[in-house]
Amino acid sequence: MDFSYSKTEQLFLQMIRSFAENEVKPLAAEVDDQERFPVETVEKMGKLGIMGIPIPKQYGGQGGTVQMYIMAVEELSRVCATTGVIVSAHTSLCMAPILENGTEEQKMKYLPKLASGEWIGAFGLTEPNAGTDAAMQQTTAVDAGDKWILNGTKIFITNASYANVFIVMAMTDKSKGTKGISAFIVEKGMPGFSIGKKELKMGIRGSATCELIFENCEVPKENLLGPLGKGFTIAMKTLDGGRIGIASQALGIAQGAMDETVKYTKERKQFGKAIAQFQNTQFQMADLKTKVEAARLLVRSAAWKKDMGLPYSADAAMAKLFAAETAMEVTTKAVQFHGGYGYTREYPVERMMRDAKITEIYEGTSEVQRMVIAGQLFKK
Amino acid sequence: MNIIVCIKQVPDTTEIKIDPVKGTLIREGVPSIMNPDDKGGLELALRLKDQFGANVTVVSMGPPQADVIMREAFAMGADRAILLSDRKFAGSDTLATSYAIAGLCRTLDYDLIIAGRQAIDGDTAQVGPEMAEHLGLPQVTYVCDAKLLPNGNLQVHKENEDSVQVLEVEGKCLLTVLASAFEPRYMTVSGIVEAYNREVEVWGADKIDYDETKLGLSGSPTKVFQSFPKAMKAPGEVHEVSEEEAVELIVNKLKEKHII
Repeated sequence: MDFSYSKTEQLFLQMIRSFAENEVKPLAAEVDDQERFPVETVEKMGKLGIMGIPIPKQYGGQGGTVQMYIMAVEELSRVCATTGVIVSAHTSLCMAPILENGTEEQKMKYLPKLASGEWIGAFGLTEPNAGTDAAMQQTTAVDAGDKWILNGTKIFITNASYANVFIVMAMTDKSKGTKGISAFIVEKGMPGFSIGKKELKMGIRGSATCELIFENCEVPKENLLGPLGKGFTIAMKTLDGGRIGIASQALGIAQGAMDETVKYTKERKQFGKAIAQFQNTQFQMADLKTKVEAARLLVRSAAWKKDMGLPYSADAAMAKLFAAETAMEVTTKAVQFHGGYGYTREYPVERMMRDAKITEIYEGTSEVQRMVIAGQLFKK
Repeated sequence: MNIIVCIKQVPDTTEIKIDPVKGTLIREGVPSIMNPDDKGGLELALRLKDQFGANVTVVSMGPPQADVIMREAFAMGADRAILLSDRKFAGSDTLATSYAIAGLCRTLDYDLIIAGRQAIDGDTAQVGPEMAEHLGLPQVTYVCDAKLLPNGNLQVHKENEDSVQVLEVEGKCLLTVLASAFEPRYMTVSGIVEAYNREVEVWGADKIDYDETKLGLSGSPTKVFQSFPKAMKAPGEVHEVSEEEAVELIVNKLKEKHII
């Protein structure tokens, strides 16, 4: 068993770490403060290939591994969780379902532009009345001969106002329940498709989270993704993959808060010594460090299984559950270690604490992860 | 255009700490990196490649571990990588090193050789200029900009202490460049994915023409007598005084130390 990074991964880590440090970190506070989508960073990431890491070369990707992709999300999120989720949603929620379910024509049409970062991808499943209970889809798609007509609303869609391509779930046959849901590839600018209101959020404030509105939206016949009625399965499998990405985002946030706290507690002096010298600091930090490392192993293990083509649904759920709860704990304690300063925007830990919370909620709440894990555990 | 870029693997001296008791360098756990000035040289070569088209070959001399910086060069955009690695080169000083790398260059078809100004582990700034001497090439050191002119000559900016000289160089030449002038590009993801699938050519001494007495330890006139860390200077003094008082204070201090 080899837990070390391969030579290729080490080289990749060197690159992505310096990219995050030099290009992403300096913008993180501003992106949060102004709720600004970092377009310039996305453009740079596109040029370097960060927007298409695990996509095969034949579809314009980089031919890298899932492992490399999640390392990128971790390193980006370590300094800016907004940037991390832009890459994660784009890769796991838009490119992955096209790669895994698309026809050759769909792959050739969409993947090269997405993988190069020229286009940004998004995913629409959640609706006002279909959150955790995703089967309650009310968006409909009606067969109109040469096209599909979509009607309905999606909410909380990451990357929405900057995305060019959306994977959208809609009901094609209500009588069949989840087996009546189908997946569609919708492009920005298709008639009847518009972007609704932008959410004002607690964290990951630079990520553009908006409504998608379909009013008699016309989608070409060939844009059905996968077989008719398989949309729910595609959505669930897509989220399995997405969870490894969000687990990495959570891991990155936790690591970033650890980094800041180690630095701060070594500098901050109270009662005549650095607060890092107090045993309370040391013991608490030792516990947090242990959890961060455990989260990293869970995340790497889930990514490894996906790379190997092994089942990884429960692994992804465990990785996300543990990494998200670790991120919340580490960031909350990081603010505590920073004291009053930690509560101010002068230090990044308050932002990290706000950013961490979403990782317990999106792409399946922690409760959903427990349902997935238990479902697997108690399966006959 | 064929460009050779000389690169060296060095300990990241910004990460080196000094043993507070012995006063020696702690080298354990210090990462090895591509020498910054050399990376600047590679960046210049890749910019020339982007603008005018070129074939970029990186060359290095060192132990097999230096392989990693050759892979990094591939991932940045280098086309070919040759690592000179042979026990015969052990103990080389700058003269023997420049002799061996010059020997390697003679076997290649090139139009331009680029080297970093100096390596952060030795700071001699000698290998590049010595190579130019071995090869009988014109050289420009401390280069901060270079471009290819329509007549095929290179226009080179050379940074002096207080000025910049603009030179035009005809024919083959060797440049030594400053890291500060050429912010290196990032490795690309596809370059990284491919880096370990490509071949780093490892050459022994037998691949070059050489005179045995000029290689390795026997070819190295430099003998290191003693290495020691610089003595720590006493902390400076800061005085916030008026200009007139400052003059008097400085004059008195200099007199105190018998400097004036």
